[in-house]
Amino acid sequence: MRSARCDVAIIGSGAGGGTVAQALIPLATQGRRVIVFEQGGRLEQAEFTGIETEMAESLYEDGGGFLTEEGTLSLAFGRTFGGSTAVYSGTSLVPSARVIEAWAVPGLTHEDLVSRCERHAANNGVHLLPPEQINDNNRLFREGCLGIGLEAEQFPVNVRGCRGASLCNLGCPNGAKQGTDRVQLPAAERGGVEVVTRAEVRRIGDRRLVIRVERPGPGEKGAASAWPAGEYSVEAPIVVVAGGSVGSSALLLRSGLGSALPRLGEGFTCHPALILVGEHEREITNDVGHPKSYYLDRSVEERFVLETCMYFPFVTAKNLTGFGPDHSTMMRSFRRLQMILALACDRATQGNRISVDRSGRPRVHYRFTPEVREALAAANRAAARIFFAAGALRVHAPLANPPLLARDEAARIAGRITATAFIPGKTSISAAHLMGGCGMGSSPTDSVTDSWGRVHGLPWLRIADSSLFPDSLEINPYLTVMALADRTANAVLEDAGRLLANRGTGLS
Amino acid sequence: MLGRVRRPFRALVVGFVPESADLSADEWRRGEELAERLLSGRPGRVRRQVTLLILALNLIAAARFGRTLPALDPSTRSRLLTSLQDSPLLLVRRGVWGLRTLAFLVYYGREQGRAAVGYRASASGWASRRSPGTGAGEGREP
Ligand SMILES: Cc1cc2nc3c(=O)[nH]c(=O)nc-3n(C[C@H](O)[C@H](O)[C@H](O)COP(=O)(O)OP(=O)(O)OC[C@H]3O[C@@H](n4cnc5c(N)ncnc54)[C@H](O)[C@@H]3O)c2cc1C
Ligand code: SF4
Repeated sequence: MRSARCDVAIIGSGAGGGTVAQALIPLATQGRRVIVFEQGGRLEQAEFTGIETEMAESLYEDGGGFLTEEGTLSLAFGRTFGGSTAVYSGTSLVPSARVIEAWAVPGLTHEDLVSRCERHAANNGVHLLPPEQINDNNRLFREGCLGIGLEAEQFPVNVRGCRGASLCNLGCPNGAKQGTDRVQLPAAERGGVEVVTRAEVRRIGDRRLVIRVERPGPGEKGAASAWPAGEYSVEAPIVVVAGGSVGSSALLLRSGLGSALPRLGEGFTCHPALILVGEHEREITNDVGHPKSYYLDRSVEERFVLETCMYFPFVTAKNLTGFGPDHSTMMRSFRRLQMILALACDRATQGNRISVDRSGRPRVHYRFTPEVREALAAANRAAARIFFAAGALRVHAPLANPPLLARDEAARIAGRITATAFIPGKTSISAAHLMGGCGMGSSPTDSVTDSWGRVHGLPWLRIADSSLFPDSLEINPYLTVMALADRTANAVLEDAGRLLANRGTGLS
Repeated sequence: MLGRVRRPFRALVVGFVPESADLSADEWRRGEELAERLLSGRPGRVRRQVTLLILALNLIAAARFGRTLPALDPSTRSRLLTSLQDSPLLLVRRGVWGLRTLAFLVYYGREQGRAAVGYRASASGWASRRSPGTGAGEGREP
């Protein structure tokens, strides 16, 4: 095993890790060695081809289909330079006071989070797309909402020079979407922070990491790592973990921290989501233009949020219920399809958690509560009404049985769409907003860290990612992840002098 | 890996996506490569389960209808898959869901499958829809 040394190790390069990397430029400028270790590869711009199967395999963990232990929910999260920000849609929302106050994390205020979110939104070029860049798929959602007496809100998005490729979730082929791969990491590198890709942190010991650096496989996209392949022992007086909700929890668990931190892995939430489609008489612009311009927030009233979306043929096929001729007919009307993503605002629930198997690989346990099933059914009903109000001829709703609703059934939606049609293992359901596992709080009995990402009892170990959420956020999370990571980075800067001088051990 | 169960696997793919019956030998090869790639990234346990499941479905077809999957007529095959998809056993439902996912990958994961449904997203985005007289839904580029 080779040895290396740095002053600060950041594990993961997504929304959290990228933010910390940029915020720690002052340390690098002072001559401190700050390294980001990212297990995924770093692709050249030309390697973003927009081809569904090859991009999913290159950019996501398990090609975007990481299955929960129950095998009833698939999770999408990035495994690449930029983490999930390389594949996100870039919708940029600030959290609500209601949710942050309900989190009740001592020392964390809504006001502080909002001001940090706003700073990061400006850094990412967040703005509203002008009306002429909004496609029919989005326009019809807004019109449909108005048709049923509800007002959709426009998503601010973080694109610069968006050409409307509609491929955001496969990595933007135009470099227009502002993920950490485009903004924070390049800035950090210019400021002297090193980024080592294909470097998976296997274990964290006492201020020491065990890292495995891999070569690219045959035909695999992305450059080789800056470090030669092999096992490394890296000394790091400050360790910032930002491997994402699943990655960070799994890393700390396989490092043996579970007994000192009984809440580790607990409190996992993910906004489980269903895809609905409405079929129009004529072709609409759907697979061109930014895919996500509007949303309808019903989190307070009915515990769901609807968002516009547009997926690719394989993902779409997988998410429609059933198979055979009816399914094929729906797929063949692709150019006439309008799509809506229905997300449930789930709650941290006992049993929904992250663990590791004997080899240290993450396992996610997730059961759908009756509240989540009801929220999804209400979301299906609202989406169906929106489609019909927007002029759709037929609607495919996963929680209708049978799933196809004809226009003349519009008046019977309440009876046709019910939570009883939700059948785990049959209903295709997925999630991309993974949260929790290393939640913030006040002590090890209720949490893993304090509100500044300091792991209880281990002053040199910090968390800076979506795993910090003590409960679900009920909106798209990346800006809040950046705001929390920013707080973690602030605390690191504040404590750096002491931690980099003092080598006393915190681990037993 | 699918080589050992190729005939029943293809019969299942056709059951899930009827138009895959018309795929050429080359298109089948390309689609199966995609499925193999997906499976190669999964633990060995999962790969073995997929093979066993395909063999089990073949046996169930033989026991229930006196014919293996490839010899079943399309409507009987469809009835069988529907009944398994609605099984009270989670394990069975999950298995059918997994095979269905592979079938969709074989068909819609290929370039021709994407083209067959009219999917056109490309890096040039709005600019690629500028050709004159392109019909409904194409005239709104900025
Ligand atoms: C398809 C998709 C669309 C989304 N769209 C939006 C959106 O429009 N708006 C929004 O707000 N949010 C969106 N999200 C969610 C958002 O991207 C995430 O909430 C956010 O990126 C989470 O940040 P993170 O730092 O916690 O994890 P990630 O961004 O996932 O980064 C974690 C990184 O850590 C690496 N890692 C993990 N473990 C290790 C290890 N042991 N060693 C080395 N590296 C490791 C991973 O490879 C990964 O690159 C989307 C997510 C997805 C998947
Ligand atoms: S819609 Fe815009 S941001 Fe998304 S992939 Fe296309 S060019 Fe990139």
